[in-house]
Amino acid sequence: MSLELESVETGAARVKRPPDGALRRFFDANRAAVGTFAVFVVMIGLFMFASPRVFLSWPIYNSVLVTLPVALCLVTPLVFIVTVGEIDLSFPATMGFAAWIFALIVQAGYNPVLAILGAVVMGMALGLGVGALVVIANLSSLIATLGMNFMLRGFIMIITQGKSIALLSLMDSTTGSVLSGQIAGFPVQIFWALGFVVFAALLFNRHRFGARVKAVGDNPDSAGQMGISVNQVRIATFVFMGLGAALAGIFTTMVNYTWWPTTGDGYLLPAIASVFVGGTPTWGGVGTIVGGAFGALIVSFIQSGVVAAGLSGFYVQFFNGLIIILALLGHRWNQKRYR
Amino acid sequence: MPDRLIELKDVAKSYGRVFAVGGVNLHVDRGEVVGLIGDNGAGKSTLIKMLAGAIQPTSGQIFVRGVAQPHWNAARSRDAGIETVFQDRALCVQQTIVRNIFLGRELTNWLGMLDPGKERREAERLMREIGFTSKVFSPDSIVGQLSGGERQGVALARAIYNKADLIVMDEPTTALSLTETEKVFRFVRTVRAGGRSVLFIGHNIHHVFDIAERFVVMDRGRVALHATKTEVGSAERLIAFMEKLAHPEGIASFDPSHNGAVA
Repeated sequence: MSLELESVETGAARVKRPPDGALRRFFDANRAAVGTFAVFVVMIGLFMFASPRVFLSWPIYNSVLVTLPVALCLVTPLVFIVTVGEIDLSFPATMGFAAWIFALIVQAGYNPVLAILGAVVMGMALGLGVGALVVIANLSSLIATLGMNFMLRGFIMIITQGKSIALLSLMDSTTGSVLSGQIAGFPVQIFWALGFVVFAALLFNRHRFGARVKAVGDNPDSAGQMGISVNQVRIATFVFMGLGAALAGIFTTMVNYTWWPTTGDGYLLPAIASVFVGGTPTWGGVGTIVGGAFGALIVSFIQSGVVAAGLSGFYVQFFNGLIIILALLGHRWNQKRYR
Repeated sequence: MPDRLIELKDVAKSYGRVFAVGGVNLHVDRGEVVGLIGDNGAGKSTLIKMLAGAIQPTSGQIFVRGVAQPHWNAARSRDAGIETVFQDRALCVQQTIVRNIFLGRELTNWLGMLDPGKERREAERLMREIGFTSKVFSPDSIVGQLSGGERQGVALARAIYNKADLIVMDEPTTALSLTETEKVFRFVRTVRAGGRSVLFIGHNIHHVFDIAERFVVMDRGRVALHATKTEVGSAERLIAFMEKLAHPEGIASFDPSHNGAVA
């Protein structure tokens, strides 16, 4: 009996190199963001269908544009943190703390620019502290940042005895119009926030820092073996979170010209939900800033949308949850995890 | 005096009271291929991780071109011209081929902004150069979509980009097909022909014997043999020596004066 070797023609289609066009590359690189945008469009469509009178007129969008900037400042840095493989639950307190510094400096009669600077430095310093605590002491970021959130908020409450600070001096000032005025009928904060999102997206997609954040979140051992300082990258994401929280704190304070000791409370869960609704997966290594921004848009809209659509406030939580679950299911189907 | 590239002097690594590597002397000269062999647990991987700066030696010194390196780490190792192809390949599998080739060595402008066009072109060139090309992937393909051999290609491409003086390869042919193994050999020969050095760690003694000119055998954290290809003679004699190490009661087939001596 002889053994003959011949290649078997299975008839299966030959594997082809995937189409390499710019448009295709764009979709491949932005699957999650495009998906999130689709969810947003469908949601707005449903709202328009349910309540055309409200959703085909401007005021509802204007009200979202006032609250959205705060969310954007929180969600975009949070995408970095989740991508690097950590989580931060301390940003609401950081936000309140940095805004407190802002309010104190303004109250003391100094230049508001100095107040902004002080708040930003404080936010970043707190981020550095939280990051160092998590990374150097090798603590679980979930628990350690939760602890920091309570501790910082507690500290604010102890010192202020729960008293708020009014910043009426900023009304009708240059700072007031720069931070919470109007440009062509749009609230000015949204332009600042969009600028911040663009900055974060460039940092994430086109800068060495973003590349390293993804590498560390993907495989910290590999990143370390290739000479990346893994701990430095991790801590830097927390510092960036501190920066975003400080900006969010300043914007919140400037909306009402008042700082409350609870500033930042209530942003924790919506901001985290926005990151995941936006299509950043939980396992690290990949993420999307633009998706996160759309996620923030979706989460901001649910609240005003549900009420404006004529349903009672009792429905808000239910629809919040529904949209989050549906978005997660969509992303699950839309993206594959490589190991 | 040969052109000494890297020298480890009395390098040891202990975890608690367990010595993974105990007082090893090893050197690699410019333009030579050194084969490092030894059984599982002999300390090969620990040794090359120290060379790569991924872990710190407990004691001993590392010299690069004759200069002692006091604060050795992964970044310094790469700066000194040592590129390591790790056994697990040290890839980030959710990232693109481009990102993996330039992992830790991104091509940027002075602001740190990436230069995607240049990175892409360089990645294409490198993959072509080492013969790991395919119609089914592009530089923007995710590494997680690639086969084992293709992933090895990415790790090799990364290792040659920097024109490193020494390329350390930890079990580069493990789990590769015959043709892929042949590509790895061709890669080693190309590197060698370019006047650069390779430290080749392997399980398969036939593979290592074919490719290397000098051999270092490790056994339980120590160097058991330093020998040139001429001294060893054949892969079979090397295998016999390894067997003797594993079963000391067996027949001695080597001149004991080579044992542990620094060549």
